Amino acid sequence: MEYFLIIISAIFVNNIMLAQFLGTCPFLGVSNKLSTATGMSGAVVFVITLATLVTYLINKFLLVPFGLTFLQTIAFILVIAALVQMVEIVLKKISPSLYQALGIFLPLITTNCAVLGVALNVVTKEFTFGGGAAHMLNLGESVVYAFATALGYGMALILFAGLREHLEMNDVPRQFKGVPIALVTCGILAMAFMGFSGVV
Amino acid sequence: MSKRKLDIFTKGFFKENPTFVLLLGMCPTLATTTSAINGLSMGLATLFVLVLSNIVISAIAPVVPDKVHIPVYIVVIATFVTILQFAMQAYTPDMYKTLGLFIPLIVVNCIVLGRAEAFASKNGIVDSALDGLGIGFGFTMSLTVLGLVREILGSGSAFGWKFISGDGILVFVMAPGAFIALGYLMVLFNKIAKKN
Amino acid sequence: MAAKSNLTNMVLCLTAVCLVCSALLGGMYVLTAEPIAKANAEILKASIGAVLPEGGELSEAKPLEVGGQDSEYYVSTSGSEVQAYAIRSTTVGFGGPLTLMVGITPDGKVYNTSVLSHTETPGLGAKCTSDEHFYSQFKGFDPSQKILSVKKDGGDVDAITASTITSRAYSLAVKNAVEAFKTIKGE
Repeated sequence: MEYFLIIISAIFVNNIMLAQFLGTCPFLGVSNKLSTATGMSGAVVFVITLATLVTYLINKFLLVPFGLTFLQTIAFILVIAALVQMVEIVLKKISPSLYQALGIFLPLITTNCAVLGVALNVVTKEFTFGGGAAHMLNLGESVVYAFATALGYGMALILFAGLREHLEMNDVPRQFKGVPIALVTCGILAMAFMGFSGVV
Repeated sequence: MSKRKLDIFTKGFFKENPTFVLLLGMCPTLATTTSAINGLSMGLATLFVLVLSNIVISAIAPVVPDKVHIPVYIVVIATFVTILQFAMQAYTPDMYKTLGLFIPLIVVNCIVLGRAEAFASKNGIVDSALDGLGIGFGFTMSLTVLGLVREILGSGSAFGWKFISGDGILVFVMAPGAFIALGYLMVLFNKIAKKN
Repeated sequence: MAAKSNLTNMVLCLTAVCLVCSALLGGMYVLTAEPIAKANAEILKASIGAVLPEGGELSEAKPLEVGGQDSEYYVSTSGSEVQAYAIRSTTVGFGGPLTLMVGITPDGKVYNTSVLSHTETPGLGAKCTSDEHFYSQFKGFDPSQKILSVKKDGGDVDAITASTITSRAYSLAVKNAVEAFKTIKGE
């Protein structure tokens, strides 16, 4: 039940993109085509889940016991950068087809603030789900939360790419063409997602 | 100041404005501009990191091996971000609480790494510092303007000074308003830019 | 511009940069640790001071269970006499955790309340920090005479318009603090 609430909350109520603004740059960058958006979503889900798992363990077994939590930011970003590089190499070796689908998006992900944002959130913030007590997440909850958050990001990305493909064909005032109309559309999408607030 | 140096400094204000022209650093732009003061503080925080990391990176760039330059730059940037984090926690705790997660996230702000990669690694220390200052001021300016617009529409106040009683159009303080306000500001910016 | 890469200089460079940066951060951490602790303590003191009568001597934090969660409380004494208790109480509002500091005098009345942190909707639930009519009704609230829940639930608290969930969470936080106060008294 707890996991179910985490998933609903992370995907709909506190959607990382539409409510917390994390990962906006790549969001605007790769959302003009549905196919690239799908590829990016896949890569993000993969990296966020893995990165959160690793950074959670590093924080718990390395930084906290040695009183080095002030190195959190620097350690996490290095881990994420290394992890992304490693995933790229491993993927190239064992699954060339998957590498072709996700490969070009991987380098972009290091600077996607959603990855670092989720990793930092999980170890520093208290969460509440469905009227339960506010608490720090344990390992299982963290991974589920990261996975669901990434799914929410992917969903927003794919939804939005679909909208943008249609926008391309519409007659938009000249000054609004491109990013401005995309931002306004995004605002309306965010408004729709506000309807979920308070559900969990 | 020579003409070239002046150009490096001022291009960030308008011609290469990070928010409206380069479309970089969108996350903090949208998330922290609930009021003019918040936008201004976030802009200044980014400016601080940008200038210092530009200076250090332009100094060490010649000796950094090519293949590891990105990780080295990231470590340098993360160091300054963490220093800023400590300083803010100690001396402006209220502001630190408001900006919260977005201070550590300056590390992954594409503006900072982008300037390091595109400018500081290829130019001298003075030029890089000027570039950081210019882009940083441009960013601060955009954030303050966006924050001001959202504050006026959303809470009926400007820089904390309230001019209507009661609430404004609340949606502008919340997430959707951020996107919409930025979209319209961008149109306005393009229109002015075209005229000049 | 950049130097040619080979294994030795790559490893050397990364190690050197990491060492210098960690050393710098470590130094900075030591330097700012005290001001940070002081700033945090001041914020806490101000929030406690806001809910207690003036002029008391404040004790250290003592652990206490409030509403089934680990929390803490502070005792304010003047001379040997206990002046009031400040109890930290957290419940779940509309947007997430809502944490209050609740001041309670020894006779069991609420002295004052203040919000430590919240994530409520701006203009709706967030009014719990700005709507004077709402928060001032807890000032001097006597739980033995009146009921600590919103009028919709049969209590005596006027809810903030269109923010029943926030008002419920606020009332519950105060109620939990009052309950916890009884266990302090019982000790």
